[in-house]
Amino acid sequence: MNNNNQKQKIKIEKISEGRRKFLNITKSVGIAVLGGFIWSAYVDEVKASSIVLRPPGALDEPDFLKTCIKCGMCVQACHFRDSNVMKNNDGDITGARPPTLKLAKPGDNLPIGTPFFIARDVPCFMCDDIPCVPVCPSGALDITKVSRKVEKEPEPVLDINMAKMGLAIVDTTNCIAFWGIQCDACYRACPILDKAITLEYKKNERTGKHAYLEPVVHSEFCTGCGLCELACVTDKPAIFVLPLEYALGKAGSHYIKGWDAKDEERLKNAHSETTTTKISEKSALDSLNNMDELEDLY
Amino acid sequence: MKKYRFLIARRAVQISILFLYFAANAYGWSILVGNLSSSTLLGFIPLSDPYAVLQMFMAGAVISSTLVVGALIIFIFYAIVGGRVFCSWVCPINMVTDLANYCRRVFGLNQIQKKQPATRKMRYWVLAISLILSFALGVGAFEFISPISMVHRGLVFGMGFGWAAIIVIFLFDLLVLKNGWCGHICPLGGFYSLISKFRVINVKYDNDKCTECMKCKLVCPEKQVLFMITKETMPVLSGECTNCARCIEVCDDDALGFFLKIDEKKAKEIDNENN
Repeated sequence: MNNNNQKQKIKIEKISEGRRKFLNITKSVGIAVLGGFIWSAYVDEVKASSIVLRPPGALDEPDFLKTCIKCGMCVQACHFRDSNVMKNNDGDITGARPPTLKLAKPGDNLPIGTPFFIARDVPCFMCDDIPCVPVCPSGALDITKVSRKVEKEPEPVLDINMAKMGLAIVDTTNCIAFWGIQCDACYRACPILDKAITLEYKKNERTGKHAYLEPVVHSEFCTGCGLCELACVTDKPAIFVLPLEYALGKAGSHYIKGWDAKDEERLKNAHSETTTTKISEKSALDSLNNMDELEDLY
Repeated sequence: MKKYRFLIARRAVQISILFLYFAANAYGWSILVGNLSSSTLLGFIPLSDPYAVLQMFMAGAVISSTLVVGALIIFIFYAIVGGRVFCSWVCPINMVTDLANYCRRVFGLNQIQKKQPATRKMRYWVLAISLILSFALGVGAFEFISPISMVHRGLVFGMGFGWAAIIVIFLFDLLVLKNGWCGHICPLGGFYSLISKFRVINVKYDNDKCTECMKCKLVCPEKQVLFMITKETMPVLSGECTNCARCIEVCDDDALGFFLKIDEKKAKEIDNENN
């Protein structure tokens, strides 16, 4: 009896060709949506901006991630730059020191395949000919960011000092120079000596006869090469390079340096806007003398 | 030896290309610098993966002229020889999936799992989704998960956990789906299938010589392209054929061979005469 019922049931459930087609399409679309969401969730996580130092001339991180084709030619150029290879007497390359730039591998927990460097391991040595940038096929390393017009030269000239790979930050709590111990390792290591890092002299009130030699980083000159971070004598470096996105704040556009003629020019195109609140409807004096509202307070 | 001549040639090409890339980063050679995403041949010829460039375009990146030229060179090359020549003659994953396929045959896994639970059209869906996601997320979506780039970059620049990608694909092809990655999912293979329509190098099939031993269908990684076997004499025209030539070399009856499409007219004339 039961068996018969089941047989009948199966007959009823047979589906028509049209329904079969519809279900097949729905299935495909459904699986596509499922896969698409898992895929996008993964990609969105891995591209979330991480604290990572990029080669000189790199575009801003979001543009860099969409433009870099992950070919590794900058890494190759960095590895086999003239200043990094060992040669035998015939001039053949016999080997090369580890390069500054590396490509992010699975497991590095960085956007995969993109070039980066860890300053404490191998910093950027700021080569004058910047071998890593001209080889970039995609423009993710933008040559215009590290070259400038020079008088009498028809083509812009490469200038590594224009690079903005990051900014060195001093941890004044753990820097031993701020304790009063004499150390100028970062100051001496800086390739833009006495500009990107200066030493500020202060009297050491504790001893009364010594000076503090405090390193101060100047963001307009610092390229973020990381030589200071490598040179730092503390166990974990007390001076370290962070990407500009993390190292710098940003003042609102309504702050203007009135003493700076160039900054003052921004006022030329400024437009004003007056907002009226209940208090500012009347003059300040009126509103302060308004006893009615004052009584409301009690 | 004759039975493996194309297989040996393919492995030689795959490994030589890999070695040239590897040597560029290990010894400073400059024959082929970069990787399969983008490279420089002989120091001045740019080469770029057109699918990667397409994703970048969808992501809203400014495409440099070097990339456009490089992608065009690769595009035209594969449009002529057959896009999926990349899959069987260049791609490093091919060696992994071929090994999985070989193990399937040797261990008899094909016998216990006859039904293929997925469609080979999936790769075109994945291709479409990759372009939509590139647009939506503002980065090349497939480039962030591509096991091809991961493995190739790994072999050239250092592996990291890239070996995990190899194992995942091997086990997937071995245990879950026959020809799973290359034949069903890979959107790069899908992309190259689409640009293969007008290639000039094809495999041709001669029904008169065929003894219906079916060895060709056993080794073919895209056996739907061999639908004409035992039925009628015609060339393999589907863009999904990888021109790997395994079918040609396993055939004992000389029923399969390469032909150039330029010769097609001639072939037709001869055909008409015979009839």
